[in-house]
Amino acid sequence: MSLLSVKDLTVTLATGSGDAQAVRNLSFDVGHGEILGIAGESGSGKTMTALSLLGLLPYKGRASGSINFNGREILASTKREYRDLRGKEIAMIFQDPMTSLHPMLTIEVQLTEHLLHHRKVSKEAARKVALDLLATVKIPDPAAALTAHPTQFSGGMRQRIAIASALACEPKLLIADEPTTALDVTVQAGILKLLHQLRNDRKLSVMVITHDLGVLSSLTDRILIMYAGSEVESGPTSEILKNARHPYTKGLIAALPGKVKSASKNLTSIEGMPPELGNFPRGCAFHPRCIHAVDSCKNDLPGSLQISASHRIFCPVNPFLSSKEGDK
Amino acid sequence: MKEIIKLSDVVVDYYRNGNTVRAVAGVDLTLNSGEILGLVGESGCGKSTLGKAIVGILQPSQGEITFDGQVVKKLTRGQRPSHFRNLQMIFQDPYGSLNPRRKIGVQIADGLLVAGMSKKNALAKAEDLLEKVGLPRAAISRFPHQFSGGQRQRISIARALAASPTAIIADEPISALDTSSQAQVANLLVKLVEEFKMGMIFVSHDLSIVRRISDRVAVMYLGKIVEIGTVDQIWNNPSHPYTKALISAIPHADGNSFMPKDLPGDVPNPLSPPTGCRFHPRCQLAKPDCRISEPRLVRLSDNRDVACVLQNAGTSPNSISLD
Repeated sequence: MSLLSVKDLTVTLATGSGDAQAVRNLSFDVGHGEILGIAGESGSGKTMTALSLLGLLPYKGRASGSINFNGREILASTKREYRDLRGKEIAMIFQDPMTSLHPMLTIEVQLTEHLLHHRKVSKEAARKVALDLLATVKIPDPAAALTAHPTQFSGGMRQRIAIASALACEPKLLIADEPTTALDVTVQAGILKLLHQLRNDRKLSVMVITHDLGVLSSLTDRILIMYAGSEVESGPTSEILKNARHPYTKGLIAALPGKVKSASKNLTSIEGMPPELGNFPRGCAFHPRCIHAVDSCKNDLPGSLQISASHRIFCPVNPFLSSKEGDK
Repeated sequence: MKEIIKLSDVVVDYYRNGNTVRAVAGVDLTLNSGEILGLVGESGCGKSTLGKAIVGILQPSQGEITFDGQVVKKLTRGQRPSHFRNLQMIFQDPYGSLNPRRKIGVQIADGLLVAGMSKKNALAKAEDLLEKVGLPRAAISRFPHQFSGGQRQRISIARALAASPTAIIADEPISALDTSSQAQVANLLVKLVEEFKMGMIFVSHDLSIVRRISDRVAVMYLGKIVEIGTVDQIWNNPSHPYTKALISAIPHADGNSFMPKDLPGDVPNPLSPPTGCRFHPRCQLAKPDCRISEPRLVRLSDNRDVACVLQNAGTSPNSISLD
């Protein structure tokens, strides 16, 4: 039984020009101790998917479908139930740790707040947990760090503190939304290592949201690729990166600058731009940019097609091409 | 190839609360026409400051920057010699660098009008430029908010092109863009550099893009250039431990679950840089001497420059192992 099982999740947002679906019929699982990567460009619905798990959708945002977490349906939770869930069972870290850490409060206050709220422990006990957490995320001199403020740390250290704060109540699932995008590569590597270690030591399940395929390759067990609110392809990380079958995934991989060492300076790119919310094309949302599109792509929603037991794509055309032909 | 930009011993200081922060601490660099020079390093290493000093937004406190043989002076509100019109800059944030209340066409035409072109001709030229960067001609009468990030960056590029530049300083021009747009805008820049025989300094923290589009790469650390060479030299056989560490930290998107190596520690505070080699507190290969004497850039036998005691001038680079 998976820790998290999402079925037919649809998220509808209110925009200036009426309702628009930001996430459409998305289904996926996250196993115990598994790291799932969700990839896609901005506007593909990956962040909305994460926020719907926490009941944090924007004003007038609605989610339908089913979200089963640890054996219980949480989509229809009340505000109070969500409050008990957030931080305690599902925690989230964001791209810019400065937005999740309060600049005027000491690290101690921010690391113990949810312990005091969820666990009703004494201040002393909470302080001890905070010290352990800072040591876990490898902050040098945890005791001094407790009395410091977020601005006294570098970006990488702040992200470590944000992770410590997320881990305080020992959540079962950690959602990391672009956790390393704002960091330098040298610092990013440290955070990736830390997340890996947490998974191994604590059997923590992690859902990483990023557009960086390199990060996904280092960190994740499985990848889900999203485009215009829908899944286009999902499967084990090595399978997706080595043997992608959906034209969009193939395009993303071909566009990686380090992929081929050719004499040409030109990068392969997917022509056109991702559609905007509320303007998703009919049929397969990717068809206007797809070099393999046929007439049926314009009207029919693509169904899922299993490539192997754990690898599937949403494209009726491409599976009949070998992976080489699609690289043209 | 013609040398178009030359920096000799450039120092740029910021003054804050009575303190002097040396953001660029003595840089020698040349840019040739027709080449893309990648300038890489962690945030806070001074690469953007250097870019701004080159176009004259900041005044170097020491050293000299020449463009086409003439010394670049700090921009003032009044006159800027027309000679420097051919030296242009593209900024990271296409949302902040375009005026939201003015139409695209007139923003591109500004430079042309200053150069004395009639308004009608300038707008016609703006249309041509928009086409050149892959946007519809009709875009001249639209406002910045009607475009996506990638399109706005194209507009910024068109605006820079209006001055028929011979050199462009591009400060993280694609970092703020989506994956799809990144490759498109990078391709556009490469195409324009070739077409107009410009020189370009491409400031970026994204080493994989730099690797792909640059001819030469300069690696900066805490205000100094630690290594400079061709892309192949830097990538296949880095001769400075910092270059090596930067490259080892890049994740590989090959599905082989390669774990990149982190470089422990942070870039030191430029208010009080370490003595000796600036990288020694984070360097695994540091020797006692590295704390004391600061290594100069030396030319290795394969025509690249490096500032590290592990390498000796005139010899072939020693390979570096961080394991």
